[in-house]
Amino acid sequence: MTDYKNLKLIATSSPHIRSAENTKSIMLDVIISLIPALAIAVYYFGFRALTVTCVSVISCIFWEWLYRKLMKKPQSIGDLSCVVTGILIAFVCPVTIGYWQIVIGAMFAIVIVKQLFGGIGKNFLNPALAARAFMLASWASAMTTWIDPAQNKAAAFGSNVDIVTAATPLSMMKGDDIVTSFQNLTAQYSVMDMFLGKIGGSLGEVSALMLILGGAYLLVRKVISWHIPVAYIGTVAVLTLLFPRGNNPVEWMLYNLFGGGLLLGAFFMATDYSTSPITQKGQLIYGIGCGLFTVFIRYFGSYNEGVCYSIMVMNCFAPLIDRSVKPARFGVVKSNKKEAAAK
Amino acid sequence: MAQAFFGGVHPNDMKAATNGKAIEQLAPPAQVVIPMSQHIGKPCTPIVKVGDHVKVGQKIGEPGGFVSAPIHASVSGTVTAVEPRPYSMGGDMMAVVIENDLKDEMSEEIQAPANPESLTPEQMVELVKNAGIVGMGGATFPTHIKISGGIGKVDTVIVNGAECEPYITADHRTMLERPEEIVGGAALLAKMFGLDKVHIGVEVNKQNGIDMLNKVIAEKKAPVVVEPMRCRYPQGAEKQLCQAITGRQVPPGALPSEVGCAVFNINTTCAIYRAITQGMPVVKKIVTVSGSGVIDPKNLECPIGTPVKNLFDACGGLKDNTYKLVMGGPMMGLAQYTTDVPVGKGTGCMLAFCENEEQTVENPQCIRCGRCVNVCPMHLEPLMMYQYAARDMLVELEDANIMDCMECGACTYICPARMHLTHMFKVGKQKLGNKKAAEKAAAEKAAAEKKEA
Repeated sequence: MTDYKNLKLIATSSPHIRSAENTKSIMLDVIISLIPALAIAVYYFGFRALTVTCVSVISCIFWEWLYRKLMKKPQSIGDLSCVVTGILIAFVCPVTIGYWQIVIGAMFAIVIVKQLFGGIGKNFLNPALAARAFMLASWASAMTTWIDPAQNKAAAFGSNVDIVTAATPLSMMKGDDIVTSFQNLTAQYSVMDMFLGKIGGSLGEVSALMLILGGAYLLVRKVISWHIPVAYIGTVAVLTLLFPRGNNPVEWMLYNLFGGGLLLGAFFMATDYSTSPITQKGQLIYGIGCGLFTVFIRYFGSYNEGVCYSIMVMNCFAPLIDRSVKPARFGVVKSNKKEAAAK
Repeated sequence: MAQAFFGGVHPNDMKAATNGKAIEQLAPPAQVVIPMSQHIGKPCTPIVKVGDHVKVGQKIGEPGGFVSAPIHASVSGTVTAVEPRPYSMGGDMMAVVIENDLKDEMSEEIQAPANPESLTPEQMVELVKNAGIVGMGGATFPTHIKISGGIGKVDTVIVNGAECEPYITADHRTMLERPEEIVGGAALLAKMFGLDKVHIGVEVNKQNGIDMLNKVIAEKKAPVVVEPMRCRYPQGAEKQLCQAITGRQVPPGALPSEVGCAVFNINTTCAIYRAITQGMPVVKKIVTVSGSGVIDPKNLECPIGTPVKNLFDACGGLKDNTYKLVMGGPMMGLAQYTTDVPVGKGTGCMLAFCENEEQTVENPQCIRCGRCVNVCPMHLEPLMMYQYAARDMLVELEDANIMDCMECGACTYICPARMHLTHMFKVGKQKLGNKKAAEKAAAEKAAAEKKEA
């Protein structure tokens, strides 16, 4: 029979079992969900899309490792969150961005936005979006030079010389004569082009189809809940449908949804755990806020695209939302109602 | 299907190891150690001394106060010690040690009521009280207080057959093997509370248990309804079960009787049946022995006070790399540091783990995913409470309603970052309690000084 005296027992607090899901598996799911968008980027923009992403990922890992090393903190690269950040930074840059610029962008995201605030879960801005804002401010021209996948598929393999630059759909939905330029846009790109991603734009944002696939995967795996994406995309859809600037409201709405980084932002950026509210009600408010700011910037701002800034603005509101939106205390709602009824 | 409650988790139930195995009688232990506290409330005072001969069912512990329940000898034999011994709640507790003479002599104190049918509710409550019945699901609240305090206020009596904790199958096997005791006990509860219906809530992973109960209810035409419930932990928690069955939410700090509910565990109901029909006190307990460290998991019925090592012996022993023993379910059970601790009235399960059930990580970091908020059945925000407790922000901690937390462990179970949330809440409650006590003492001191002046 067992000699019970020889057992090396530990006595810790309950519960004594844990679910299978951990931080690493969640991050792995996010990485998997981003692969379709990466694949289509390679297909449309060429091999450079992949190398840009790799450089970005490796630099993110490097910066996180270096910071934790220098600061003598426990290593955290194993949780894969820096890999996600790396992919997302690449996704919000044009495929023609310089490698060195990506490395510096990654440094800004990881060291300044994430690690200086304490690392995973403590940053108040989305690191990838903050990096994009930083890079846009630093290298405005490099960050807004787009190539047209329809005309120039192979260009990005080698030199930048023969790249045919293109306007993004959103830039053609702005300006003094919106109606005409929107007609030009619909003539140049069909709704299907917009949906599949055969348009100019940042590396990972072009294909609505692939982003929806990835987003659906995250929803099915319960990595994200529907609240933020639905509130965000829904708000933009409703506003653009109600206040169209072309002749066809539905077309205007679709071009607004598929153009720019809206889907990338709604599924992958706004849902970032650290920077979004924790209650479902709070997430709805946050999503609606993102939608409002996106439409305001696209309609009235000087930028063509508003996803990046709208999410960053709402990031700053997230703690406030968390503070004001609390779950109803168990057992209180009911008795209040009863008291009210008694009166 | 009954209404659900907010949140909760659905762990792998692990019940397959024992839910097909009939309840076995444990070989009589050579010695039992009966702690004088097997209930919430004041411990009992031992009323036997070393050298006394005791019989099964003889009262050996006198209730220490109003919230207390008497304790009876579970075997016949000689008292060899009355001294503090290790017990399941940690530390030592005054215990009566009985050397088993293996004769199983029944005490003359056990008197079956002459005519159980004609008993008044008061007489039935008295029988329940004398039988030392407490909540056998693990909470161990004295049952007679729950009944006498609830008569007149309670309109819904619920028998708790949720058994939502993984591994445990003791209640499930009871449903299959002793359904007439459950249904009989439920009918007696209906009589005591003056109700025409009693609900038995059972999770649907015990479909054969539901069928068996329905069969017996139909045969006996008992005033009992089985409510199948969606599998969800912590459905067996009193407040959540009330919500699932009636939709009512028990107010913070209140008992279920506040909203007209009373909840009794399946095995408590059986004990009520035996007490009222046979005058039998609580001397035995059905315990599921399971977990990765147990060689041959079983459901065992054993005398109260049986050291858990006897249970493990009956299950073929433990694997050598067993690193944790848990008395109770894996979600709320207490880790034990020795196999000398005895089975008490609230012990429904004894687990031994040898695999990586814990999945602890070094340096856990909250990623603010909000899963803990979405699973908390008490509508709390565990990640916030953790921060407040860790940083001694006691005002914020109280405002976050930490005292509503019932430590069900759902947040900790689901946490992908492996934070030690529940543990921190236990610490936080302690800190808050200390602060309150200090404030009270200071106020009293100030008042006394004022008086003097």
